Amino acid sequence: MMLPVIADAENQEARPPATAQEPLHEVVIRFAGDSGDGMQVTGGQFTSTSALVGNDLSTLPDFPAEIRAPAGTLPGVSAFQVRIADYDIHTPGDAPDVLVAMNPAALKANLRDLKPNGVVIVNTDEFVPRNFKKVGIEKNPLEDGTLDGFRVFKADIATLTKRALEDSGLDARSQERCKNFFALGMCYWLFSRPMEPTVEWLEKRFAAKPELAAANVKVMKAGYNFCDITGLFQVRYEVLPAKLEPGTYRNMNGNLALALGLVTASRKSGLPLFFGSYPITPASDILHHLAPLKSYGVTTFQAEDEIAAVCSAIGASFGGALGVTATSGPGLALKQEAISLAVMVELPLVVCDIQRAGPSTGMPTKTEQADLLQAMFGRHGESPVPIVAPASPADCFDAALEACAVATRHMVPVILLSDGYLANGAEPWKLPALSDLPDLAVEFRTDPQGFTPYLRDERTLARPWAIPGTPGLEHRIGGIEKQEGTGNVNYEPQNHERMVQLRAEKVARVALDLPPLEVDGDPEGELLVVGWGSTRGAIIGGVNAARRAGIRVSRAHFRWLNPLPSNTGDVLSRFDKVLLPEMNLGQLALLLRARFLKDVISYTKVQGRPFFRQQVFDKIVEVLGGSNGHH
Amino acid sequence: MATTSAPPLTKKDFQSDQEVRWCPGCGDYAILSAVQAVFPELGIPRERLVIVSGIGCSSRFPYYMNTYGFHTIHGRAPAVATGLKTSRPDLDVWVVTGDGDALSIGGNHLIHTIRRNVGLKILLFNNRIYGLTKGQYSPTSEMGKKTKSTPYGSVDYPFNPLSVALGAGATFVARSVDVFQAHLKATLKRAAEHQGTAFVEIYQNCNIFNDGAFDGMVEKATREETTLYLEHGKPLVYGAAKDKGIRLDPRTLELEVVPIVGGVLPDDLVVWDETRSDPAIAFMLAQLEPPAFPTPIGVYRSVSRPTYEQRVIGQIQAQQDKKGTGTLEGLLYSGEVWRVETDGSIVRQGTGSLE
Repeated sequence: MMLPVIADAENQEARPPATAQEPLHEVVIRFAGDSGDGMQVTGGQFTSTSALVGNDLSTLPDFPAEIRAPAGTLPGVSAFQVRIADYDIHTPGDAPDVLVAMNPAALKANLRDLKPNGVVIVNTDEFVPRNFKKVGIEKNPLEDGTLDGFRVFKADIATLTKRALEDSGLDARSQERCKNFFALGMCYWLFSRPMEPTVEWLEKRFAAKPELAAANVKVMKAGYNFCDITGLFQVRYEVLPAKLEPGTYRNMNGNLALALGLVTASRKSGLPLFFGSYPITPASDILHHLAPLKSYGVTTFQAEDEIAAVCSAIGASFGGALGVTATSGPGLALKQEAISLAVMVELPLVVCDIQRAGPSTGMPTKTEQADLLQAMFGRHGESPVPIVAPASPADCFDAALEACAVATRHMVPVILLSDGYLANGAEPWKLPALSDLPDLAVEFRTDPQGFTPYLRDERTLARPWAIPGTPGLEHRIGGIEKQEGTGNVNYEPQNHERMVQLRAEKVARVALDLPPLEVDGDPEGELLVVGWGSTRGAIIGGVNAARRAGIRVSRAHFRWLNPLPSNTGDVLSRFDKVLLPEMNLGQLALLLRARFLKDVISYTKVQGRPFFRQQVFDKIVEVLGGSNGHH
Repeated sequence: MATTSAPPLTKKDFQSDQEVRWCPGCGDYAILSAVQAVFPELGIPRERLVIVSGIGCSSRFPYYMNTYGFHTIHGRAPAVATGLKTSRPDLDVWVVTGDGDALSIGGNHLIHTIRRNVGLKILLFNNRIYGLTKGQYSPTSEMGKKTKSTPYGSVDYPFNPLSVALGAGATFVARSVDVFQAHLKATLKRAAEHQGTAFVEIYQNCNIFNDGAFDGMVEKATREETTLYLEHGKPLVYGAAKDKGIRLDPRTLELEVVPIVGGVLPDDLVVWDETRSDPAIAFMLAQLEPPAFPTPIGVYRSVSRPTYEQRVIGQIQAQQDKKGTGTLEGLLYSGEVWRVETDGSIVRQGTGSLE
């Protein structure tokens, strides 16, 4: 049976009628080149400009772990995919419509993803036998039929760049490095974008070297004019602004959003932020974003290792700071003993795990969601912690606020599970009104009357936060089992069991303040698609496509993985089938099955890249027996 | 924060209500007693004193001190204390650790804390054995040490804790002995006064698993012959009759013992200067050991250098002086920001930088 291919638009209702001359509702462009070719910058500039034009957008940077693999080889290929649209979108797109390939390696690595009849823009200068050898091809792919079925536009980009800079006085190497801006200029022409934002950006970026700014501007304009003059493309496209809600926007990636969320939490709680971290891909940018924010009272501590990073945050938290650490899977493994200490001493702590493909070093720059069970169970003893997972790049801001709120109100370590896709992907973020930001005020215990360190709040079971420097509250905490209430060292069997249960109950009670699991679509029916974390966009895309094909399907997304919303069992029970796509081998599926005895259908992808909407759609159709929704 | 008012604190004020659970006869009792005696003399309110420890016999220390205390995990006390001291420089933070805790599992944190010159007092109780795990050799056990885990003798070379500290760039390094109470208290006071990392190795007898490890030097009969007291500004002289001195052989560049005859000091004895910026002589002294040499105790090095937390706070202060303390609006509404108006039109609002 032929499965329908999903339409371009995720949500037909949101799709405005086509009125412009050569309009597109959306386009997916992938810039690909050598890791030294500046493809991330090129993609980033195209994205920023498109945001300012008013498009909705979503990006997917895809770069190698090697800083500079040998030039022209497949491992050295760096790519940046951006999807721009005139309506509300949730993913960076399944397959590119346009591929910019700066060399044969970039073409070879990315061509298989391009849509049929897609546009290929190639830098012909690099298509020489020497480079074919590097990627193991015999003949020139521009001539051997490889590109049959695509629309190919050739430009000798390197030569044209050099020509544009003939009189610049720059050396050959510096001239060569401008060529990505020629390609950017071509794309600006093809998609009718203004060049001013990039001109401004270049002038600021190279303020100290105005000759470089001028050279890049000149090359970009040369690329733009090249298209204008040569008539290389017969058509010119336009993607009109999306109907975004009125408000102030900023293009936002996950790691920056997370950093901003942490500083905001610091301000709203009145607690100085102490961020202890050890560099690790893809989490390091959080440290980079926070380090310059010293005027906000932020202390960043680049520790000697992952363990010191988390321990320093715990020490800071003991002293009354907002103690936070960030890492990726291997670092989380190293931090787990210390997180158990925070569980035992019941101090606030936020641990951000920007997940990447594992195990071990795995694929450090590629995304995955395979640390869920590590976050749940990767510690010794009964050591439960609340876990929150943001669903989009900008959502990392809210997730950070929530993680800090739960940590400080419930006196627990909280793990925040982001991933490489969210960390580096970007989307327009409607900035919150400052008056809408939650109050996270924290009260330290100051009254010595009746104080013991393990007294508990009746509702949350949180113990008091009594910080050193407070007269009369001198007390000792530590990793040894505590006597209930007094916090004194205690080895009694009944007390230990009681404390284990109290710590578990304390985490369970976090659910008291969590919103219920919301169902998008019918509240009951044949199929519910659930997900968590960064898969939300692809799931929304697949589900909406299914609905357009007449399939009745509902959707729900978990934000808190521990504790789960209190209505979870009820929601799952109201559907015949529950489908759960996740980027691991079925970790949340395992938890839901164990907890609710629901035979969740696990759909997994562990390729280091996100689900496609098409994949989710196809799976929905398959789960429903290919019946295509005629219920 | 308000400070506790008079009457002045006494030793008793620093004793917690918890029963001390070290083995009877353990050297830790003597160290606890010395610390409890010294703390009231520091003039620091009790609530500002914090003791952070790792894991091991010595690391139970915080439970017995009526101050703020944090018994953390194995080897990590310096890391926890670094976070505490950096974010709360107003606190007086003491780290209590042992030879296994500090030099084996926690070696990395120890050297990095010292290299940063974090304002912590680090007391390393060195008994040259693992006590709490019941008697395995430690990184300071002498070569050939027979223990449960090394029945035929250990085959690895030991660490010299002072050499490690000096090598990591410690600004204050001292050694004392559990039973030398007066010396120990004086050394602790010196450590308390130091700005930056103050590293104190304390020889401590484990009477269960490594009894008599330091007998050669602690026994009253031989003490004066085997111990060299480092005193700033004084020549290195030891022996009950003050009849031996230490000089630097200019030819071999090694320290050697020279006899002092008739009380006349040779003029080439090393005159002790704990403030030397070059730690080379301190390092050489740290290598001296019986039987050929005495064991030097006292302050090996005391130099002044800005602390880590001072530099961290200095940067924050400098940025705040330059930019103010920042607003959430400035934080969030920065970078490439644009407005979508109600009619759908788009207005760019500037490209302010995040900083």
